[in-house]
Amino acid sequence: MNMLQSQNASLAPVAESVPAVRVSQLRKSYGALEVLKGVSLDAHDGDVVSILGSSGSGKSTMLRCINMLEVPNGGEIAIGGEVIRLKETRTGPQPADRLQVDRLRSRIGMVFQSFNLWSHMTILENVIEAPVHVQKRPKAECIEEARELLAKVGIADKADHYPAHLSGGQQQRAAIARALAQRPRVMLFDEPTSALDPELVGEVLRVMRALAEEGRTMLVVTHEMGFARDVSNKVVFLHKGVVEEEGSPDDVFGGSRSERFRQFLVR
Amino acid sequence: MNEFGLLTVFSFGPGGWGPAMFKAAAMTIAVALTGFVFGAMVGALGAWAKIAGGRITRGIADGYTTVLRGIPDLLVIYLFYFGSSAVLTPIGRMFGATGFLSLPGFLAGALAIGIVSGAYHTEVFRGAYRSVSRGEIEAAVAIGMSRALVFRRIIVPLSLRFALPGLGNVWQLVLKESALISVTGLVEILRQAQIGAGSTRQPFTFFLAAAILYLVISSVSGWTLQRAEQRFTRGLRRV
Repeated sequence: MNMLQSQNASLAPVAESVPAVRVSQLRKSYGALEVLKGVSLDAHDGDVVSILGSSGSGKSTMLRCINMLEVPNGGEIAIGGEVIRLKETRTGPQPADRLQVDRLRSRIGMVFQSFNLWSHMTILENVIEAPVHVQKRPKAECIEEARELLAKVGIADKADHYPAHLSGGQQQRAAIARALAQRPRVMLFDEPTSALDPELVGEVLRVMRALAEEGRTMLVVTHEMGFARDVSNKVVFLHKGVVEEEGSPDDVFGGSRSERFRQFLVR
Repeated sequence: MNEFGLLTVFSFGPGGWGPAMFKAAAMTIAVALTGFVFGAMVGALGAWAKIAGGRITRGIADGYTTVLRGIPDLLVIYLFYFGSSAVLTPIGRMFGATGFLSLPGFLAGALAIGIVSGAYHTEVFRGAYRSVSRGEIEAAVAIGMSRALVFRRIIVPLSLRFALPGLGNVWQLVLKESALISVTGLVEILRQAQIGAGSTRQPFTFFLAAAILYLVISSVSGWTLQRAEQRFTRGLRRV
């Protein structure tokens, strides 16, 4: 315990200077359509960043660039200070070192809009997949941890069910447990409640709020204004591929200078 | 002579054709199974070429499926049987052998079936791969799986589930196709029935018996497949 504290103490100043995620001057195009036009964003350890914007603003694309599900055309992504190296190929930019990307991805938890649980595995198997097969941790230990995580998101009794037998809200909570099992440095949420029936949104948001309260670093693309205002400590508003507003929730929601953000809120 | 009937064909007693018929049935299953497995390997390769290959590999795979579906299967068997002899006979001469040399009927037949069914396997596997949800693959990529691991842990198990019904159809096809191999002299069900018909002058009885054997094999395999489908698609169905 003592050692852990001293480690934390020695890490604290470093965490202050090196952001967990740094996005700088990110550009991404699909053919002639430029979706991101130079977006920059820092998330430090413990930050909960809500990324807002209307559809087509590029917010999901930016999130997906962070773990290279989309490869940017320009700019830089750094995870914990480590810049993801890219190279030009005939078909466009690609990661220069696939092993680097796989290694960084293994410590980035991603929660998708459509859950994307593996349908041929039980919930427990879904949760232990990354720690057992990617991180190569002892299986017994992973199972124990997975059961704790499932209890934490409130679906301990569903461990041996298949995803198709769960409600949307339960599936998304299982997906959150699956991401937590990676022991991630950063969690990415890509519109985690948008595919849910309204009455199921609350249970997922409650889990996310609990994660935020325990100090997890989270980047959340969302339409849930309540979550952005009450839970996150930083709000970013994207419009047509550029950061239009950025700041604390109070600043952004309170005295927003941007006409566009006010229009966005009204809608 | 007693009255000759189906019972005599299946009888293991004196004068019964049972042992010969069942040996022939075993041969049919063996050659069909070998051909099917070989075809599955060809199909996996073909599907990979069509999904992930460049323009050239894709072209080869397209050419293969088009040609194989466009020529009669019997012709493919002839090509393998006599084609192999065109290669093997001169080689045999060099080593002092005389006369007609060819691949054994079993091997030529199994290879021919494999090549023909490989075209169908290709389409089954390709379709099954297409049914795998992109999101599930993306989730595997996102946790840091290497390409090989994504393939082994996610794509193969999921696409095999989707492939099972199609594979059942290909198997039925292969089973029937195996009858064509009788032209090479391989004693499988049809060939054995011809032999029996010729020596007893009871063609109808023997061919009826052959039909029954084929039906039994295909229903048993159909039932097995159904069980397998139920087992492997557990998680894919809502209860």
